[in-house]
Amino acid sequence: MKNNIAKLLIIFSLILLFIIFYKSLNKSNLYQPKSNIKFIPSFSAITFFSKEELNSEKIFYENKFYLFNIWASWCLPCVDEHPFLIELSKNSQLEIIGLNYKDNFENAKKFLDELGNPFKKILIDRDGTKAIEWGAYGVPENFLIYENKIVKRFIGPLDGITVDEIKKIINENY
Amino acid sequence: MKIIKLFIFILVLLNFNKALAIEDKLQNKITKNLRCLICQGQSVYDSDSEFAISLKVVVKKKIDEGLSESQIYSFLTDKYGEWILYDPNFNKNTYFLWFLPLLIFLFGGAIIFKKINKS
Repeated sequence: MKNNIAKLLIIFSLILLFIIFYKSLNKSNLYQPKSNIKFIPSFSAITFFSKEELNSEKIFYENKFYLFNIWASWCLPCVDEHPFLIELSKNSQLEIIGLNYKDNFENAKKFLDELGNPFKKILIDRDGTKAIEWGAYGVPENFLIYENKIVKRFIGPLDGITVDEIKKIINENY
Repeated sequence: MKIIKLFIFILVLLNFNKALAIEDKLQNKITKNLRCLICQGQSVYDSDSEFAISLKVVVKKKIDEGLSESQIYSFLTDKYGEWILYDPNFNKNTYFLWFLPLLIFLFGGAIIFKKINKS
């Protein structure tokens, strides 16, 4: 009797383990938590070229699409991403706003001189605290914004697929 | 008189020290309970990644602004979700997590109780 219960228990736990592992076989081990931020946070930052304090209300207006891009000159994936940003900047329905993350002015300026400047406005985030207001993880990261709402968020560099996705979202709304 | 002045000076100096220590302690306590989201198995306190460094700055700023520990947690869970906390809040998603150890404890207790009764 006692033996039977032990056997049953072992078999049961093995089955349970098997189910758990089998179910998680196809699951990605990259955990991307759902962000609770639906609306753009209100913040103020200093602009890159003119060094003025700018409030977020003066950056994002309604009835226009914005791509909020967090970048840095020391970030290699940002270099890969840059041609796609240039491509998107040609779209008249979209404005790209940059957030220069933990960078120094000289290097960032050189980066833009060499690769082109797709940004309408650039803000500075010297200690990374502004990026945290956005719930960002690091560089590069992109937020597609429409009517003060975050429509879509892209963690990591943009590529051909995500650029097409952005274009599709914009076209659907116009 | 001089000695009293010196004594007060030292006392003030020591107390300054204490105030700073308490603040540091709170900051460390909070950052130890925050998961560094871009690292693997490290807390914000332990990590030196860009993300963790910024988060430490934010926590320090929030403490200076006079926010309490739980206010800081709710600010960060707003931004990053519950996952950022090592010590998850008690809600309908986590009750199983919180009660499982208790259940196992009771189950084990029952087995022991039964064995003792038998012998």
